[in-house]
Order: sequence, then structure tokens, then C-alpha cells
Amino acid sequence: MTASRLTIHELHDLLIKKEISATELTKEHLERIQALDGEIKSYITVTDELAMQQAKSVDVKLAAGENIGLLAGIPMALKDNLCTEGIETTCASNMLRGFKPQYSATVVNKLQAEDFVMLGKVNMDEFAMGSTTENSAFFATKNPWNADCVPGGSSGGSAASVAADLAVYALGSDTGGSIRQPASFCGIVGMKPTYGAVSRFGLIAFASSLDQIGPLAKDVTDAALIMNVITGYDKKDSTSADYAYPDYTTALTGDVKGLRIGLPKEYLGEGIDPDVEAQVRAAAAKLEELGAHVEECSLPYTRHAMPAYYLIAPAEASSNLGRYDGVRYGLRVQSKDVVGMFCQTRKQGFGPEVKRRIMLGTYALSSGYYDAYYLKALKVRNLIKQDYDRAFDQYDCLIAPTAPTTALHKGQNQDPLALYKGDICTIPSNLAGIPAMSLPYGLDRNGMPVGVQLLGKAFAEPTLLQVAYALEQNTSLTRLKPNQGKGL
Amino acid sequence: MISKDVVEKVAKLSRLDLDEAEITLYAEQLSQILDTMAGLQQIDTEGVAPLAHVLPIENVLREDEVGECFTQEKVLANAPEQSEGMFQVPKIV
Repeated sequence: MTASRLTIHELHDLLIKKEISATELTKEHLERIQALDGEIKSYITVTDELAMQQAKSVDVKLAAGENIGLLAGIPMALKDNLCTEGIETTCASNMLRGFKPQYSATVVNKLQAEDFVMLGKVNMDEFAMGSTTENSAFFATKNPWNADCVPGGSSGGSAASVAADLAVYALGSDTGGSIRQPASFCGIVGMKPTYGAVSRFGLIAFASSLDQIGPLAKDVTDAALIMNVITGYDKKDSTSADYAYPDYTTALTGDVKGLRIGLPKEYLGEGIDPDVEAQVRAAAAKLEELGAHVEECSLPYTRHAMPAYYLIAPAEASSNLGRYDGVRYGLRVQSKDVVGMFCQTRKQGFGPEVKRRIMLGTYALSSGYYDAYYLKALKVRNLIKQDYDRAFDQYDCLIAPTAPTTALHKGQNQDPLALYKGDICTIPSNLAGIPAMSLPYGLDRNGMPVGVQLLGKAFAEPTLLQVAYALEQNTSLTRLKPNQGKGL
Repeated sequence: MISKDVVEKVAKLSRLDLDEAEITLYAEQLSQILDTMAGLQQIDTEGVAPLAHVLPIENVLREDEVGECFTQEKVLANAPEQSEGMFQVPKIV
């Protein structure tokens, strides 16, 4: 069987034509997980019984001649920082091992209403802090393209499961690139929506002013279909944007004639792998060939985004993670008094990167340093946003690398600062709250996938999808499959 | 340069119990990280407002009415320890 290689829209057609049942499709995915995930290690929890029940209910609807939604019966995976009622949600942390939320995230309820099939919860860097998925407290996930490489992170389990056909699509979260960078490393499509477009209710918080949930998918059409379901105003999220969310599939025209596209020079050159830069320039040339106007532009504050981000995000994290005190849920380590209990619980519950960021954030917020670090970073954040505002007066979208390199090798990522620098292409858009997506575009000299990033102004997801779809329809470089060897 | 004393103070504020090796490591790593952030001080931000949030955020208000809520049992479902319908913690006073 090869149904697991197909996309949401291809599988939906097969379900409607009754060429495959949701039960068969789900069974095939569960068998692949059983056979292959011992090696790839993308899943923390496989919810096989639930998945089969959900699939059966879709088959009942189909047998009764009922209409089903486009995501109905399609097996998917959820990043393990999205709350699922009664199903273990760990954030890949010892702090939350065994935690079964009392409620589901809004995105999970929305997918449920569409009759989704949930295969399970997938691996991540602990509390979404990291870019390799090696910071998971449980195990590292492998890149399906090369087992010696990381899948990226923090949504590494989401990206690896989709790239290896262990899920048709997945949801992840992106605070500084955590959807786009793993999508790039694993050769799939990933989108970080505009801040506020997808409810964060039930997403376990890392940095609340930056976090955003989004899709990881096999093609651009699938990303649009998922966006149609997950976007929308939610009164349970006080930062949810009340906006007339469009039907994202109407953007999939294939036509980019007359679009103005900027190629920011700060995202190219020094620090960017030449193979990555070459593919970005090739994608820009292809868009020009298709009738878009591409020109180089400048976002001068880009280089200050990394230091600003690594003050703001840890500051917010140090506050958000204050809740893990051993009182109401999660790990508790006993001690003789209550402060001792807090300190011991946090010592044993958090891994080294989480502790490092809590320390950094607490330092940046502490009295005497607040103005010099945190407040200064917030002002620079405004300058970065103004850079984008000026650019989007002139351009409909920007094109850039998603990451400076292709997938990093495992076990060589001990220097935190070197890893933080790997986020330079993705974090500016989180600081500005604008949408951005990663589209696979060819391979590097070692046969590893390259990601091209498209960025737009707030709520310009349709423009990004339009450009990505045009590239997808006009080259063979965007639909990449790992050479998975025999049996895979 | 972040001294070990500062690391210990920040760890205390963060309610993290660090061992000696961690204190040494974090002193070194936080110093390196904060060194790269020194460049921010050179940027002219005169007259630039701090941007804490990208959306024009307004306070969300609602009528003060009782809505759906969890049962006591459900609220306590993940409690490491509970007693008489409450979260139980070590003696505080």
C-alpha cells in the first residue's frame, strides 16, 4: 500500500470515491508507525485505539452517504505541547510526564469538529526550547532523510512524522522558527500564521507574545486546507484576532504575474550556506520567469533580531514557566518546606536548556538589568517591525532562506549560542508577528532538502500561499521525498 | 561577565536549585550570551516605543455571570497531593 504517501486532498478524493476507507488508511499509518518509528522516534504517544474509533465513525458517515469535511478521516499528529483532554501531554519534559489535561486546545476541538483522526502526540524540544529536538527529555528524533542528522526543532517530531509518511499532516508551534526550520530540514511545507490568527488556548505557553500554532504539510494545498480549519477568533485567547479569515484555497491560482517580491540582502551572504543561497536565488528567478517582479531590498535591523529575541523570549518563558511548582499538576519532589519543594521540583523537572533560558530571562527582568536588557530589546523589536512595515509598502512578499543551513548533524550541538544564531532567518518575523512559511526547494550537495521562506505582512497568508503554489506548480523542486530505503 | 554570585542570585529568584557544576557552566554561558547582546546598547532607540505586543490589544471584558466550570474533582485530577478537596502542600507557617 502507498496511500500513506498521498496528501490530504488526494486522500479526500479516494475516501469520497470509496477507493479507500478511513479505517484502512488509519491502519496503514499505524502499521508504518509500528514498523518504522522505532528508528525515527517521532511519536511520544500513539493513540491507536482512539484513531481507529475516529476512523470508524468517518466510515459510518461515508456509508450513510453523508458529506464529510476535507480533513475528515485523514490521520495526523499533534505536537506534544497541545493539550488533549485525557491524553498525556508532556511538552517532552519530565516536569509533565503523565500529565493528562482536563481540557483540549481550541485547535484540537476544531479538528475534532471536522472528524479528524489523531494518530498521536509527537516529540519536540522540551517546552519548545531548541532547534534540533535533541532537547527532548525522552529521546532524540531522527531526520528521515539521513538518520545521522537532526529533524530540526522544536517541532521536530511533527516534521519527521510527516516527511516519513507516519502522518499525513501535523500541527506544530512556532515561537522563533519552530515550525519552519524543521519543515525546511525535513523537506516539507510549514507555515507560521500571523500572530493572533490561530487560538493559543490549550497550547502550553513558552513565550506568549511570540507563540503561534501552524501546519506542517506535504504540499501547499494541504497547508491551505489546514489553515481553513485552525484559524479564527477565540474568546478564550485574549490575543486572538477578530478578523474575516478567508478561504485560503482561493489563493491557489498559480498566477504571480505583477506581484512585487523583495529579496532582503541581510538574509543572504555571510553565514548562509552557499547551496541554500543558490536555491533561494533559483526560486526568486523562477518567480521572475513566472511574471513577478523580484528585486533586492534591505531590512537593516535584521542582525539585531537574534539578541532581542533571546532576551524577550526567555523573559516571557521565565514568567510562564513559573507555574511549574509541584502544587497543582506535574512533577512534585518532596522537601522539608514549600520553597524547598519548588526548588527541588524545578531542579529535577527541567532540562539544561530550559533552565538556561529561565535563568537568562530572570536575569533580563531582574531589577537593575530590566531597562538595559528587556526594555531595550522591546524597543529594538519595534524597529524590526518598522523594517517590515517599510518593506511591505513596496513588496507583496519577501523571499529568503528559512535557515542558514540544511539539517545539522546529531550530537554536535552543545554550544547554545551557535544554535541561537541558527535562528536568524526565522525569529524576526515572530518579533513582528507577521506570517511566514517554508517551502522545500531542491537539495544541497549532500542530498539534504533546502527550505525557501516566504514572508508577508500581517494576514497576508493568502499571498504567501499564492506564491508557494505557483512555485510548486511550475517546478519539481518542491515535492521532495526522502530516499527511505527498503521497507520505508 | 556574569559572576557565580549573580548566577546564584538569579537561580534563587528562579526557584532553581543548581549544583556547583551548573553554576560554573551557566556563569560562563550566560556571560557569552549576554556579550553578544551588548550590541543592542549601541542602537539609537530615542523616541522608539517598546513593543511588547504586535496586535492592538484591548482589555477583554465580559458580564460577571457564572459560566461552565470544572468540578472540584476535575480541577484536582492532576494534583500531586490533595486533601479535603484542596491542593495539599508542605506546612508554610
